[in-house]
Amino acid sequence: MQQPGRAAEIKAIGIGKSFGSFRALDNLTLDIGRGEFLTLLGPSGSGKTTFLMILAGFVQPTDGRLFSDGVDITERPAEQRAAGMVFQGYALFPHMSVEANIAFPLKVRKKSAAEIKRRVGEMIERVGLKGHEKKLPSQLSGGQQQRVALARALVFEPGVLLLDEPFSALDKGLRGQMQAEMKRLHHETGTTFVFVTHDQSEALALSSRVAIFNHGKLLQVGAPDEVYDRPANRFVAEFLGEINMLPLKNVRNADNGATGLCEDRTITLRGNARAVGSNAILAIRPEYMSIAPEAAAGENGIAATAVASTYLGAATRLDLTTRQGAKVTVSVPNEVAASALGKGNSVWLTWPAEKGFLLPDGGQ
Amino acid sequence: MKAYLSDRMGAALLMAPLLLFLAAAYAWPFFGVVNWSFTLPEPGLGQYGTLLSDPLVQSVFIRTLRIAAIVTIVSVAAAYAITVVWVRGTPAQRVVAEFCILVPFWISVLTRAFGWVALLSNRGLFNTWLQAIGFISEPLTLVRNEFGVIVGMTHFLIPFAVFPLASSMRSLDDRVLLAARGLGSSRMRTFWSVFVPMTRSGIIGSALIVFVFSLGFFVTPAILGGGRSVMVAELIYLRIFQSPDWGLGAAISVVLVLFVGALMALLFRYVRPKQLI
Repeated sequence: MQQPGRAAEIKAIGIGKSFGSFRALDNLTLDIGRGEFLTLLGPSGSGKTTFLMILAGFVQPTDGRLFSDGVDITERPAEQRAAGMVFQGYALFPHMSVEANIAFPLKVRKKSAAEIKRRVGEMIERVGLKGHEKKLPSQLSGGQQQRVALARALVFEPGVLLLDEPFSALDKGLRGQMQAEMKRLHHETGTTFVFVTHDQSEALALSSRVAIFNHGKLLQVGAPDEVYDRPANRFVAEFLGEINMLPLKNVRNADNGATGLCEDRTITLRGNARAVGSNAILAIRPEYMSIAPEAAAGENGIAATAVASTYLGAATRLDLTTRQGAKVTVSVPNEVAASALGKGNSVWLTWPAEKGFLLPDGGQ
Repeated sequence: MKAYLSDRMGAALLMAPLLLFLAAAYAWPFFGVVNWSFTLPEPGLGQYGTLLSDPLVQSVFIRTLRIAAIVTIVSVAAAYAITVVWVRGTPAQRVVAEFCILVPFWISVLTRAFGWVALLSNRGLFNTWLQAIGFISEPLTLVRNEFGVIVGMTHFLIPFAVFPLASSMRSLDDRVLLAARGLGSSRMRTFWSVFVPMTRSGIIGSALIVFVFSLGFFVTPAILGGGRSVMVAELIYLRIFQSPDWGLGAAISVVLVLFVGALMALLFRYVRPKQLI
């Protein structure tokens, strides 16, 4: 989006897009930092891909302005923005060899033959496609096509690389390999990466920040641990992984946190959990809960009965019901699960005070 | 397996009337023509010898190939432009393009040939207009020559060139075009270095169809050529009806059919029959 070799800094202000009466994207304001790896995460139809297409210049926003390094590029056509882009399904030129595909962006920029040869050669080496230069895309495996698409999008040193669900067609093993590869390329090139996915584990594993979308709205942006441990709302909490939710009463702020009543026990929250009303939802990730025969005084804990277990290999997933009928899931070591189920009676679920957080009651 | 067999039996039964008709109306008479080419006026390869040595026959073959080649290039180029609008235009543009493609099918080839005579003759519309605006003083010879034949044939064949092109343009992945633009390629460059090469099979199929059709054209060259620009089909007609030499007419027919057959074989290596309609 600017001179080659420098990562771009992008600012979106109040971006909106309507298709007829359908609001695909609403009032999105977001800063994308120089050289950061930002993931746009959300279910299909959430607006994440629309935003990527607006960044690429393939879709014109109906409202808002878009800046790249301080320059307004809202109306600039795609070919003049020249953000590197990797499409779902790769969109390689089927009639061109691997080499010609990668050389294409340099050719349209009228680089000298010698420079094209050198840079294409370097890129082929970098993505590990040596020996495949003369092949057509149809003669390559999915993973190799993916590498060609990445090489073609990076060879002209764009300020930003846009990736639209690039791994959705790959099997699981290859996916992990390509993810590692992409992290390495991000590190090596230092370019700003904007990556679209609906896979939350991919988003958490790859990015420096994650932006979560739903129904055309940007719900939260933050580092992976931040959005996972302190989701802004119930949708984000549930979308990023399994979560246990329990009703909490008499919520009030306390020193460095909050307290409340859950099934007649006093619960303490530490960290930046703040009360938003007297009723709230207490949310805890399953992996932070453990099972104990007793909860010590002052420790967070509620009584529950195990109803089912699922053996997962490394751990066992236990489904429990609290005295007041709330359903809770925890992930525990296999031998703990066996003893909890074996007794068939009440156990205690405990968790550290800093691992619980509050969500608005009944809200989204 | 049984259902599959009976399906095939059913298909064969449904096609049988057509196959019988083709055998009776085309295959059987054609064998008769092949027979004549070897037996009239006396048995032997004499007529094929004449075909190779007679300068008139050769000039007609060369003219036919030349006209067919020019008509092919012009028709495919024009059809390409129409097809781009038909397949990728706005809804309104599509309707107009579709109308332009389909209307010619409803007007008989004779009517169209005479229509072109009316437009292109010395006192036709074009010459009258061009003289009226003072662009020319003497009428141009636009008809009863090769030019007239090429105009008439091109007009007739453009719609046939459209379908294979449309089929290849419809199957093209739009994201590849977006990718080209995203990589910095202008619309013009994307068209020439991505869109056109990706429709290559359509271009080949379209060109072969037009070329094959052109080789056997009779009515259009007969009317717009005015006897001065004789093509192969008209030569066969002349040898059968006007200067009776049935053996030579038959030999020319056999050569034409073999040539067209070879081109059709080539055509079906590039295009599936489904893509032609």
